[in-house]
Amino acid sequence: MTSFRTRHPARHAGIASALAASLTTIAVLAPQPLSAETTEEKGLAIAVEADKRDLGWIDSESELNMVLTNRNGETSTRQLRIRSLEVEDPNLGDKSLTIFDHPRDIEGTAFLSHTKIAEPDDQWLYLPALKRVKRISSANKSGPFVGSEFAYEDLVSQEVAKYTYNWLRDEACGELQCFVIERFPVYENSGYTKQVVWIDQEEYRAMKIEFFDRKNSLLKTLQNLDYKEYLDQYWRAHTLQMDNHQTGKSTTLTFDDYKFKVGSKDGDFTSNRLKRAR
Amino acid sequence: MKSGLGRSRHPRKRGQLRASAAAGALVVTALISGIAIPFAARAGEWDFSGSIAGELRVFPNSPAFDEQDDTKLSPSIAVEPEVVYEWNGGDDRITFVPFGRWDAHDDNRSHVDLRELNWLHVGDDWDSVIGVEKVFWGVTESRHLVDIINQDDAVEDVDGEDKLGQPMLNLNLFRDWGTVSGFVLPGFRERTFRSNDARLRGSLPVDDDNATYESNAEEHHIDFAVRWAQTFDDLDIGIAHFHGTSREPRLLPRVNPDGRVVLIPRYDQIDQTSLDAQLTKDAWLWKLEAITRSGQGDRFFASVAGFEYTLFGILDSNADLGLLAEYLYDGRDEDDAPPVLTDDDFFLGARATLNDEQDTTFLIGGIIDRDNQSTSVSIEAERRLGEFWKVELEGRLFVNVDDDDLILNGVRDDDVITLRLTRYF
Repeated sequence: MTSFRTRHPARHAGIASALAASLTTIAVLAPQPLSAETTEEKGLAIAVEADKRDLGWIDSESELNMVLTNRNGETSTRQLRIRSLEVEDPNLGDKSLTIFDHPRDIEGTAFLSHTKIAEPDDQWLYLPALKRVKRISSANKSGPFVGSEFAYEDLVSQEVAKYTYNWLRDEACGELQCFVIERFPVYENSGYTKQVVWIDQEEYRAMKIEFFDRKNSLLKTLQNLDYKEYLDQYWRAHTLQMDNHQTGKSTTLTFDDYKFKVGSKDGDFTSNRLKRAR
Repeated sequence: MKSGLGRSRHPRKRGQLRASAAAGALVVTALISGIAIPFAARAGEWDFSGSIAGELRVFPNSPAFDEQDDTKLSPSIAVEPEVVYEWNGGDDRITFVPFGRWDAHDDNRSHVDLRELNWLHVGDDWDSVIGVEKVFWGVTESRHLVDIINQDDAVEDVDGEDKLGQPMLNLNLFRDWGTVSGFVLPGFRERTFRSNDARLRGSLPVDDDNATYESNAEEHHIDFAVRWAQTFDDLDIGIAHFHGTSREPRLLPRVNPDGRVVLIPRYDQIDQTSLDAQLTKDAWLWKLEAITRSGQGDRFFASVAGFEYTLFGILDSNADLGLLAEYLYDGRDEDDAPPVLTDDDFFLGARATLNDEQDTTFLIGGIIDRDNQSTSVSIEAERRLGEFWKVELEGRLFVNVDDDDLILNGVRDDDVITLRLTRYF
């Protein structure tokens, strides 16, 4: 039994790309010499530069394994494939398509998302048992993604305009030197008051993110590990470790190698084609 | 409740086998004509999956009619494997999904069907399906009014969501101005009905071996359908037309040679135009389905309209609570058209999604007749167990049934609770 099938590039697109883009990169700006620069401007500049360095990847696809661990150490797994399509318009987010392979009772379920900046995303779900494509409400970006510690808003593409920014400090992060910035969601129904992001100064990759809940208490920490560089430019983390400090639960995402520029088209990321996704 | 009406004394496999044969022929033709060369030229990929489900139905009450067995516990097993072969990098795909159920008490519910056997070819801005396939149209929850391509597999459940495979030639064109889908539907599938002695059979038995048709071509009449679907920002909309054999039969009383009154299914030729639309605004989903149909007495109009509103993260948890309300109207003249439960009814429902690791969900809903308050209640709960199992509990309850309610009265004592354990592989 093959749990993942090879797919035709032309039909790949969607959630995957958004997920990939969002999880792994944060736009950053080469810091200007900062005489009159405020910390807000510096934070934004870092975000813009990170974003700039991740432009032009066109599309990507990857397979990933998700391990959910509860507070007693019991685990359950998900396997899914994600295809992403870069959308150039800075006022729009990327498109992504997620297809589930495991657990088997949700095999073939597909999720299409057109990311927006400050308004709810457009989302459709394909339910294979009924052959039904259902437009779903995306008002709740803070809800858990398939029972994991990742919220939808953690997984969709992280466009610059989704947050306002503030630079806090520079500090060492492991062997690297990092910018530490705060970002505040523009989207009013976000589950977070703020996030604190560690971005390495060399490649502008998000190394760690702390999420603060609506009561401004530390909720979760995400660590992005095992970065690899693709096409001499695009860095993608291959292990994402999310720990929920309030529940003791955690989720680990492990990505297979990404494929870029596989030939996905906008038409592959439409609701009418969702029922053909495999 | 479409399925609650009838019974039959004979297990019937005739319709299923005939349609299966037709589908098989279609796929074989397709293979010979178009896909044999690429098939041989490049090795493809196989995928095997499926499920096997053990089910126990509990009928707490004794049946209303003498011929029905007083079955309190009724087990059955259902198997649905899926075999997929893909080649051309996934642009060509053959899907084979047979289905079989063995029911301890209802001979008609023990049945096999070909849910899918088709060849899908995906082009740049089009795709096509040849063979037996299942197609769903619509947006509402309480009634699938515009969904007309597939016949109900009405012995499976009373919710109208189980369908028989339909042989078809289907072409879909994806354009900037929408998706156009054309369907040629050879080989009509007759609705399944429960056995004479089975629970949920309705007040009179259905003799489905002697179904009659308006068309001289009978079940060989070739039906057609076309649909346009498009998304405009928050609005998803579909407009469709169907020309052919009504999936809903009229049930005509006859005295059979044994001197018993039975119901004979009668399949009319109809034309049905439909609209389905959903407006998605934040946590609100506004839904509409409407049809107008000719061919069964006077042209009539029917619709389902309502909303689903979701409260996210209730009680400071990860759980979501969806509230559903729909109004159902059907203007058909029941002397000339198949009777329906939902002529002037309200549907109220709630769906709780825990968003936990086991995908636990609960759904409760009731369809209430505005005239006589007869109510049909549906309760569903499901949860994954481990990695490969799912457990489901369903209740179908008929409450406050009015003596004059043609459909519900036939199943008034057939409240049923179903426990189902499914193993996926």
